[in-house]
Amino acid sequence: MTTIFDGDRRHFLTLAGATAAAGFIPTRFAIAGNAPVKIGILLPYSGTYAMLGESITNAFKMRIDEAGGKLGGRSVEYVAIDSEMSVPKAGQNVNKLISKQKADFILGPVHSGIAAVMAKIIGKKGSPIMIDPNAGSNAVTGALCAPNIFRTSFSNWQTAVMAGPAMYDAGHRTIITISWKYGAGIQMMQAGRESFEKAGGKSVKDILNPFPSVEFQAHLSTIADMKPDAVFAFFSGGGAIKFLKDYEAAGLKAKIPLYGTGFLTEGVEKPAGSAAEGVQTTLHYVRDLPNETNKRFIANYEKQFGAGKSNVFAVQGYDAASLLLQGMAAVDGDVGAQGKIISAMGSAVIDSPRGKFTFSKSHNPVQNIYLREVRNGKQVTLKTLAKGLEDPAVGCKA
Amino acid sequence: MEFSRPVRWLLLLAVLLLAVFPFVGADYYTELVVRIMIFGIFAMSLDLLIGFTGLVSFGHAAFFGLAGYVLAIVTPESSGVSLFWSLPLSILASGLAAAIIGWFSVRTTGIYFIMITLAFAQMVFYYFQEAVQWGGSDGMFLFFRPTVTIGNTVILDLEQNRTFYYFVLGSLVASLLLVKRLLGSPFGRVIMGIKANESRTRAIGYATFYYKWVSFIIAGMLAGLAGYLEVTHTGTISPGYLAWHESGIVIMVVVLGGLGTLYGPVIGAFVFVVLQDTLQDYTSHWLLIMGILVILIALFLPKGVTGLLDQILYRQGIQNTNNEDHGHQDHRT
Amino acid sequence: MDLTVFLVQVLNGVQYGFLLFLVSSGLTLVFGIMGIINLAHGAFYMFGAYIVFWLNGVLGNFFMAILLGVPIMIVLSLVIERFAISYLYQRDHLCQLLLTYGLILILNEAQLLIWGSDFYSVPVPEILSGRIALTENQDYPIYRLFISVVGLLLAGGMYLVIQKTRLGMIVRAGASNREMVEVLGININLVFSIVFSVGAALAAFSGMIAAPVSSVFPGMGNGILIVSFVVVVIGGIGSIKGAFIGAMLIGLATTFGQVLLPNLASMVVYALMAGILVWRPQGLYGRTTSS
Repeated sequence: MTTIFDGDRRHFLTLAGATAAAGFIPTRFAIAGNAPVKIGILLPYSGTYAMLGESITNAFKMRIDEAGGKLGGRSVEYVAIDSEMSVPKAGQNVNKLISKQKADFILGPVHSGIAAVMAKIIGKKGSPIMIDPNAGSNAVTGALCAPNIFRTSFSNWQTAVMAGPAMYDAGHRTIITISWKYGAGIQMMQAGRESFEKAGGKSVKDILNPFPSVEFQAHLSTIADMKPDAVFAFFSGGGAIKFLKDYEAAGLKAKIPLYGTGFLTEGVEKPAGSAAEGVQTTLHYVRDLPNETNKRFIANYEKQFGAGKSNVFAVQGYDAASLLLQGMAAVDGDVGAQGKIISAMGSAVIDSPRGKFTFSKSHNPVQNIYLREVRNGKQVTLKTLAKGLEDPAVGCKA
Repeated sequence: MEFSRPVRWLLLLAVLLLAVFPFVGADYYTELVVRIMIFGIFAMSLDLLIGFTGLVSFGHAAFFGLAGYVLAIVTPESSGVSLFWSLPLSILASGLAAAIIGWFSVRTTGIYFIMITLAFAQMVFYYFQEAVQWGGSDGMFLFFRPTVTIGNTVILDLEQNRTFYYFVLGSLVASLLLVKRLLGSPFGRVIMGIKANESRTRAIGYATFYYKWVSFIIAGMLAGLAGYLEVTHTGTISPGYLAWHESGIVIMVVVLGGLGTLYGPVIGAFVFVVLQDTLQDYTSHWLLIMGILVILIALFLPKGVTGLLDQILYRQGIQNTNNEDHGHQDHRT
Repeated sequence: MDLTVFLVQVLNGVQYGFLLFLVSSGLTLVFGIMGIINLAHGAFYMFGAYIVFWLNGVLGNFFMAILLGVPIMIVLSLVIERFAISYLYQRDHLCQLLLTYGLILILNEAQLLIWGSDFYSVPVPEILSGRIALTENQDYPIYRLFISVVGLLLAGGMYLVIQKTRLGMIVRAGASNREMVEVLGININLVFSIVFSVGAALAAFSGMIAAPVSSVFPGMGNGILIVSFVVVVIGGIGSIKGAFIGAMLIGLATTFGQVLLPNLASMVVYALMAGILVWRPQGLYGRTTSS
């Protein structure tokens, strides 16, 4: 066989090539110096996760506005596409942002499957910088990592790996894990289970419910029958509310303590009501963190978008903008100097509502993980489980 | 079946335009046209069922996605596989699935046929959704496009976007001619007879079941070709490609373009993709506009865009005499 | 699995079956009597849940919210019937698929515009908020039993109305021979308007009843739509009895699929449907001629 399989000869390259070629010619800045910086956004604005997309977008724009509405001295223009949470459409949507809209930066997505597609397309030389404000797939800063891919949220591993020791320290020796059967759930359950067994406990059953089914009754009967010391769960949004309520209604809450990654209770404290009370979760952010940035962030955000509306997703969007501000400040708005932007972003210290954090070599946050509990409908910090936890970035070669 | 003369000229013109497009269109739009052409093959395959055999399949995406999965599964991460065996394999996989599903489905009619094809397609969808070894709901990547080499000579380098463009264009034209040929054959007359009046066709002595079954298999294989091309094009495959939503969209595209015309669904694919691409730029609530358009089409354009073109080309009176040419038939039940 | 666990799981399956029956009853009515494939059924279900959430917030009473919410949905569906669906009675299934698919898109976006993208929930009404101890560890919420009772009453009520009343007779006659009924001087268009709005109201009603155990969120109708089609088709289109049996079968198959075949759980339902249709192409209680 002749060697036509040059790794760079991918089909997306020529598409991205147009942007890249223009981007690396210094004169472009001279010509386009006053043109606005274009942020291409790919987030869900319809369907079950529309709330996440809106929170991230709102907070991102709010942070840019706080900085005078400018990135590196240039005004900012947004182009948003509704991802519809559709993995099949992810490729064309990203290409559209890059080739048609000529976005200088890409913000998104929420969904892990979309993140993988985006990372594969964008992780090529000459593509714009991508900031992932939510999707936690370990691969985004693992096997698919690339210099121009950043994440301001978390890796699934990070959100769950401290739960094992926390449950063990609380005196539990056996657990059942339960989550949806899809990327994020599987990765979180694996991290939680492994860390629990490493601490000395035993995971007696792993239940995976088809995504996005919210029929839990059969599983709750199984849990009641097996009587583990605790249950470790990942669900989010509407599914999380339903699970919490079903768990309480089945009378399990008082007998078998429920733990989870933070998404189980984040943003659903009010609708879940008493069903969320006392549920302990691990996450990289808690609403009651005492730092000044957090207080200011919540005050500003809720003034603009309504009381009680701020959440961890908004924080992640806010931090994505903070990161971009630092990168663009380092080059005075010259998006052509991508290398410089990347190194400025890579070494950035983000003054986040979650506390200050930095980035690992694979561009994932090095951040604290907290143990939280819902009390009177509010998230309360119980303790800091890990300081500066860094994702192992398995498979990252960049 | 034959195309009328103006249609033939228009199709020829369209192919010529498509052939020169990569030289004049921007990269982004060239890529968009590739997507349209692939979608066009997919929709055309469904037209064979809905428009000519009278079978409204609500699970056609399963065959599209299945062939795509086969290609992604047989392709290692280090290099591409030969098109010479991977393409037949993928198409055969879709054909086999269509043979099994069709064997059970084609016995039913009307709403039950719609629903049983949906049920089988959902089974295939959930199979891949649950198949963790193939990426579960996140799906999997195709790291290299298939190769077309004989010995050490590269015949076609599909990694080159322009080469791939012409490959897809060639596939589209070949599919159109093939299906047209098929419909012109005695087989084609029988399935069209089935659509017009199945019991009469059966009374004449045709085993209508086998004709419908074979038509279902051929349509499945053609959808498989489209799926193979789609995965080659995008480099990814996920269960979402097989979801009932996609089956619904392709039905919409066929109707939008015009049932029973073969080229109509390709026009439908063109209109749909361009519409989506344009609306998206104006509002993130573009689905609302899409919804309104879909309803308007259902209410006022039951013969689709080609029906509208017919009216313009022939005016009202002449159109009736030419009606047979276009295979237009009322689809009342 | 010992006997107690088995019985508990049967209870779970049956209870889920009742919920499915609630949703599917309206679908089979519209499907069977009018021959309309209403893909927007799930969207009506979602609208019901949102309306009860909204009215429950305003009125502070769950039952009042339902009493007021159902008429709202009836009006909405009458409008939809008048301006869209009514043009489809003489058309084929394709147009119906298209039009009702368009309705889904519009209703989903309308929901986002009216209520936004937040997740909500509706509290279980005080009077039904208790629990019964089932096993040593598991309780059973009274509200779930309430859902079963509502499902049972609805099944009985619909059966009586359709089989025993004059209205039911007209409706059944209109389904099998529209022209004949018209010749007899009955305004079949009016009958169809009523049937469609009853079907939509039933979808919304089931969304309202399900709201306290589920939660209220965008796109919640999409998941329920396909399952309720499965129920209707298994039971035989247009048959209330069939929908009831179908719902029970799917409820049990889902529950035991989750427990016994965790890796194939979501396929079980469709395998069951395919199997039944291969065995009886018109469904369990369907008429032999399809529409």
